[in-house]
Amino acid sequence: MSSVTTLSWFARHELRLAWREWLAMIAGRRGRRRAAIIGFVILAALLHLPAWAVIGRYAELSTPLDATPRIVISATICLGWALILSQAIESVTRVFYARADLDLIMSSPTTLTELFAVRISAIALSVTAMALLFATPFVDVLLLGGGARWLAALGVVIASGLSATAVAIAVTIMLFRLIGPARTRLVAQIVAAIIGAGFVIALQVAAILSTGTLSRFAILTSDAVAALAPAAESIVWWPARAVTGDVTALLPLLSVSLILLGIVMAIFSPRFAETVASASARAAPGRKAWGIRRFRVRSRQQALRRKEFFLLARDPWLVSQTLMQLLYLLPPALLLWRSFADKSVGLALVTPVVVMAAGQLAGGLAWLTISGEDAPDLVGTAPLRQTQVIRAKVEVVLIAIGIVFAPLLAALGFASPWQSTITTAGVAVAALSATAIQLWFRVQARRSQFRRRQTSSRLATFAEAFCSIGWAATAVITLILPLAALPCGLITVGILALTWALSPRRG
Amino acid sequence: MTSELTALQVRGLTKRFDRPAVDALDLEVRAGEFYALVGPNGAGKTTTLRMVAGLLPPDGGSISIFGIDALRDPVGAKQVMAWVSDEPMIYDKLTPEEYLEFVAGLWGMAPARAQATARQLLISLGLEAQLGERCEGFSKGMRQKVALAGALVHDPRLIILDEPLTGLDAISARHVKSLLGDRVRAGCTVIMTTHILEVAERMADRIGVIAAGRLVAEGTLAELRQVSGRTDHSLEELFIALVDNEAAAA
Repeated sequence: MSSVTTLSWFARHELRLAWREWLAMIAGRRGRRRAAIIGFVILAALLHLPAWAVIGRYAELSTPLDATPRIVISATICLGWALILSQAIESVTRVFYARADLDLIMSSPTTLTELFAVRISAIALSVTAMALLFATPFVDVLLLGGGARWLAALGVVIASGLSATAVAIAVTIMLFRLIGPARTRLVAQIVAAIIGAGFVIALQVAAILSTGTLSRFAILTSDAVAALAPAAESIVWWPARAVTGDVTALLPLLSVSLILLGIVMAIFSPRFAETVASASARAAPGRKAWGIRRFRVRSRQQALRRKEFFLLARDPWLVSQTLMQLLYLLPPALLLWRSFADKSVGLALVTPVVVMAAGQLAGGLAWLTISGEDAPDLVGTAPLRQTQVIRAKVEVVLIAIGIVFAPLLAALGFASPWQSTITTAGVAVAALSATAIQLWFRVQARRSQFRRRQTSSRLATFAEAFCSIGWAATAVITLILPLAALPCGLITVGILALTWALSPRRG
Repeated sequence: MTSELTALQVRGLTKRFDRPAVDALDLEVRAGEFYALVGPNGAGKTTTLRMVAGLLPPDGGSISIFGIDALRDPVGAKQVMAWVSDEPMIYDKLTPEEYLEFVAGLWGMAPARAQATARQLLISLGLEAQLGERCEGFSKGMRQKVALAGALVHDPRLIILDEPLTGLDAISARHVKSLLGDRVRAGCTVIMTTHILEVAERMADRIGVIAAGRLVAEGTLAELRQVSGRTDHSLEELFIALVDNEAAAA
């Protein structure tokens, strides 16, 4: 087989793998794929509604752009790019650590540099395809309302996908060089989480500090930012101009992205093999733990709790997710801090954010402790009743939630004892609901399968999200209009009851 | 009648998946005995032992462990036994010492005694250098040793092992065999499934041959030879003959 044939065959192989990984992510088991794809298409169609609500009114935006729309569009592109970059870092890390074919590829009689160049291209293609998929409803809305010039927005999405992949590969390989394969996986996950959430949070923080609200638009449309913005001809505005159909900005943008990816491929493809080899050689890390000086466990329940706490504290996913939750809590915390000085700011906004975050974090923690048991045979053969095991695991989830949220709730208590009480109740109920849902839908899985936990039950995932939203809404309505909180709370209880009725553990 | 002299008594044990996996199986293992359960793939060895260990509910039959009805009092039965599967299931993010502390805690051991036993076990299994290292980078052999140490740390009276030597190198396998031999000499009962017939031949006091969910032969090697009428045959040849006969009868 010639080199070109080998490469085109390998490219097809890579694309097939990427397609199947994506299918597995959205559908889980093979038999459910058709239903999942139909569901996904319906969801994509439905996404046009919120897309229309969010950006429909901007479809007829006139060009050249004024300062404020230029800033808002640029910030939106930055946010999108940050999210794509976060996804790209995750994809690159997965290729380094999770692909089972590296030994086969590296032992094959082919030029590794070329093969890895193809693999980098496949990552770029899948990241870009994913970005296009999510951007299409928004572009469709703009196309319908504002004409063909908005097709250029798809070009900006492609440029974002290519450049984000290039940066992700460079960042990940540099992390390998700087901190070694052992720590890169964890740090890359944390970096991806921070990049994904960081931009929105930074805007919120800026908005709170300048205008006292959580609105990101407040800061973007302010005179202060307009005064600081570069001139209209600046290169900084290329993406915004390109989105609105300026081909003279779009072509350079696409060219720069392609060149960037080309440079990264030229520099890093030869090192990719070496890097991947270090990652797969990570089978013997010899990583030291804190160590036990003295055995302390005095009861079976304590043994279970202690084990769960050890595992949670050492879980890279959990570290990155908790960090992200804490990042999301930063704006409300800041709002809270400001409220000590100025009672006029919207302190009530703290409550739904905190309750939502508690529900979401509790769901993840509950899956890890209840379903993600790596030694089910050991726990199954231990002289304990199943109820004791479950109880200990639920206790761990609630204690962990308490540890994360107690400082913020205590601080809220100083600003408003009544709001603190309601928020604490909301956090407790949201955490309990998410834990109960995970309990009803528990499956036997390894902790490392966490990324695909949603595919085991779509119902549980949606129920968990709706309950968190429901309890967040109930809590904030209790503060504003207590009587109206009753129906909202009842609806959330109804969702929970329906989830239980549909769960496999019923009875 | 179950007595203290009987470690395990199974009567009419039945489990059906899409076909009968275990078919009204009767089995008795004496206290202090090393019992090997051999059989072809899919014969029902693992299913039988998983039911005994309380990991799988049977469709019918009874299980008694040292006189404790394992179906009525599973907690009491589990207190005196340990289970080791062929795929060592340990926690990657715990060190061997932390893992043993967890296991000892589950079985309600006093911390001081548990720590002394754990350390002694890990050293005897050659894991002294890895005491404080997380298990995530361990080879399969090392993981199997940690799992075995977990099974032994609470000093069980009955140890059930499902293919414990799979994936172990010669030195590790010798370590494990020696440790099991020591336990049996100290009065512990060991039930082990294995595909390595030489191990069953050399280590087991009695051997049970299972095929299609039923016990087709049982006894010492000499008794098995006598039953089959082939006094000069190795266990491997006896095993093939017994399984072939069973297949022909079916």
